[in-house]
Amino acid sequence: MTKAVVSEELAGKLSKSIPDAVEEITESWVVVKPQSLLQVAIHLKQSPDLAFDYLNCLTAVDYMEYMEVIYILTSMKHNHSLVLKVRCNRERPEVPSVTGLWKGADLQEREVYDLLGISFTGHPNLKRLFMWEGFEGHPLRRDYL
Amino acid sequence: MEVAKNRLSFSLDEADIIEGKSIEALRDRSTYPIPDQTEWLERTLNRNVLITTLDKVLNWGRHYSTWPFGSGLACCAMEMVATASSRFDMARFGMEIFRASPRQADLMIVAGTLTWKMARALRLLYDQMADPKWVLAMGACAVSGGNFAHSYSVVPGVNRVMPVDVYVPGCPPRPEALLYGFMKIHDKIEAMSIQHKAVGIPALDDRAKVVEA
Repeated sequence: MTKAVVSEELAGKLSKSIPDAVEEITESWVVVKPQSLLQVAIHLKQSPDLAFDYLNCLTAVDYMEYMEVIYILTSMKHNHSLVLKVRCNRERPEVPSVTGLWKGADLQEREVYDLLGISFTGHPNLKRLFMWEGFEGHPLRRDYL
Repeated sequence: MEVAKNRLSFSLDEADIIEGKSIEALRDRSTYPIPDQTEWLERTLNRNVLITTLDKVLNWGRHYSTWPFGSGLACCAMEMVATASSRFDMARFGMEIFRASPRQADLMIVAGTLTWKMARALRLLYDQMADPKWVLAMGACAVSGGNFAHSYSVVPGVNRVMPVDVYVPGCPPRPEALLYGFMKIHDKIEAMSIQHKAVGIPALDDRAKVVEA
């Protein structure tokens, strides 16, 4: 079984290398600030005791007050996993892209952009994936009718 | 971004824009369902012996070799596959050969949810099928849009984009229901005559229209 990483331990490790990155810690997930997401992601992938080399899934949720992008990560080396979240402003939702670190994020970021309208800065080809070009609005937003 | 007219090659972005425009054109055109064409079934003909005999022979041939074109769009496809396999055995009716090409098929089984993005492709495949052709709408989504009838992306019934001959409701329908649908298709084939052609509607050339517009 894949073990979940203990959030407090991880937050402790993160705060040493990247101060002010963590926004909220709960039992099951860690929320980081969007401006430090890329640094955190690089740290999570490259530090030898974490080594999250696999992005299981990237998805997003619209909570009306804010939007949240969720990264589910696994380390093949240590067999542990982590749920990482980023909250962004609903009016101008912008999150740095992690395609450079995990190639598999490419299509999933496009899907999130298509359905929720979160733009991933630095994405190589941020176009609609499911809906056609010229489709108005982002259908998975709560206020879409 | 505007796409220049009368060109033979397009960049990927331009191709996407053309695709989007043609999908929206098709959606705007398909506000109403195409009425079911059953009028010809009741048409009384003064058939003479030669024609009825010829009809019988042709219809017999068509009846026992209705090759399906399986467009398995969603979960109904599993039920279609089950119908084709040995327990229900479509081969009894000479229908076991699922063609991968519309050119070789007589019956299009639309099994599953049709989205607007796919509708254009399906309409194209329908247009490529040789006459006489038949369409069977399988499952709630193909019949009326089902659960997703009011969705932003789902076609509320396949009859928005192509005329349908037989509707098989269910979510998904049991293989027995699909077989009953085939029986209904066979009944229609039996009613055909060389005196009138199978009714069709003019083909849509989406791409040409968009580039012109």
